Amino acid sequence: MDVDQVPQEGNAALGGGRKAVYARDENGKMVVVASQGWEVEEIVTLQAVDALKKLAEDAYVRASAGVATPLEYWMYEKRMDHQILAQSAGVWQWQLRRHLKVDKFSNLSDRYLARYAQALGMSVEEITRLPTL
Amino acid sequence: MSTSDFQHQHAAHCESGVIASIFRNEGVQVSEAMAFGLASALSFAYLPFIKLGGLPLIAYRMPPKFIIKGLAKVFKAKFRFETFRDPSKGKARLDELLDKQTLVGLQTSVYWLPYFPPDMRFHFNGHNLLAYGRDGNDYLISDPVCEVTVTCPSDDLQRARFAKGALAPKGLLYYPVSIAKNEITSSDVRRAIVKNCRIMLGPVPIAGIRGMRMLAKKVRALPNDADETKAFIGHIIRMQEEIGTGGAGFRFLYAAFLQEADGILTGKSLAKFAEELLAIGDQWRGFALAIARMVKGRDAVSTEALSEQLLVLAKTEHDFFKRLKMAVS
Repeated sequence: MDVDQVPQEGNAALGGGRKAVYARDENGKMVVVASQGWEVEEIVTLQAVDALKKLAEDAYVRASAGVATPLEYWMYEKRMDHQILAQSAGVWQWQLRRHLKVDKFSNLSDRYLARYAQALGMSVEEITRLPTL
Repeated sequence: MSTSDFQHQHAAHCESGVIASIFRNEGVQVSEAMAFGLASALSFAYLPFIKLGGLPLIAYRMPPKFIIKGLAKVFKAKFRFETFRDPSKGKARLDELLDKQTLVGLQTSVYWLPYFPPDMRFHFNGHNLLAYGRDGNDYLISDPVCEVTVTCPSDDLQRARFAKGALAPKGLLYYPVSIAKNEITSSDVRRAIVKNCRIMLGPVPIAGIRGMRMLAKKVRALPNDADETKAFIGHIIRMQEEIGTGGAGFRFLYAAFLQEADGILTGKSLAKFAEELLAIGDQWRGFALAIARMVKGRDAVSTEALSEQLLVLAKTEHDFFKRLKMAVS
């Protein structure tokens, strides 16, 4: 890639930041160039962000209808999955899956609630409720 | 050496950027590309048993700490690596080192770093950055992938250092204790290149060229019309171009190394190899572009075409590294 081919397409996912890429200058020397981003990267990054958003939205709808827990919504809202939340909270995945059931969650002990809150970087109060979107 | 005259440098990859900065701060002139090359960090690995968000880890370079350890070996340097079971001890130790003006490397998650753009914050634990001081409750951070230095509140950095999941950093911090050597010899370069060729040409089915072929096979087996396929191929490119500026980016970085190395190990036409690798990097970019167009629906998804493209890349790189190895050994 030559210096003048370094993408400056303004990848929205970079939030205005620039990344360093190596390219060949007119003298044939490899140099570092600050790139505003490439559309290709934007496409695949936003693809992942959108997939995570969709999981959170689905969970929100189900939790609003009372068939899922606010914890499930917050798990996806914080871009986690079962594995990451379970490991971050220090519980087994099967325990987490149980705790994500509506009847189990409403009786969940303060100890577990505190663990999940800590793992999500939130308060216990916050993780037991849905936000108003 | 003190952190008072520390200079931040924008880098293409976090770990090579961090380690090059540490060495420069110790008075050893080494560029990011030289650090990457001397550590023989170029790679390809398809690791279906390590999952990130349910998708396999596809790495275009060697695992975390490989560059630091590789470069330490070349310069006969001793590094201390410390991890912590108790996060509060990890914080105390970092503060202690910073107060003694030590430049400290840290492994972190990117999700909890508030200065990252929101759309780039995923639960990925293999990030490296430097802490060079404290200011009240904030840490002064030199993150090589940022253009300038940043600050990070203590609570956020703490979370980032002690995030759980795949590649959990466990608060890892590192710093140099001694560096015995400060020049790069032609035999350092030769050895590093031979080692890297061995990594790429090695016999393990998930690593190097064979890893590419295995991924090509996996891609071919995916159905063209499933949403999961789009997620999977998009993930390949995310691992390639975004997380640590992967595939093409690493080829360009290694090309920069070969070009620089040509001045140290002369008469092996390394500069010509650099040109060739540059062209290979452009092919990787073509692969990324083809996938992005499919993800976006501008082209129909064809796992057959993608698999074919990967196999061509595998063949090209196989030939490249074989000749490079012959040339230097």
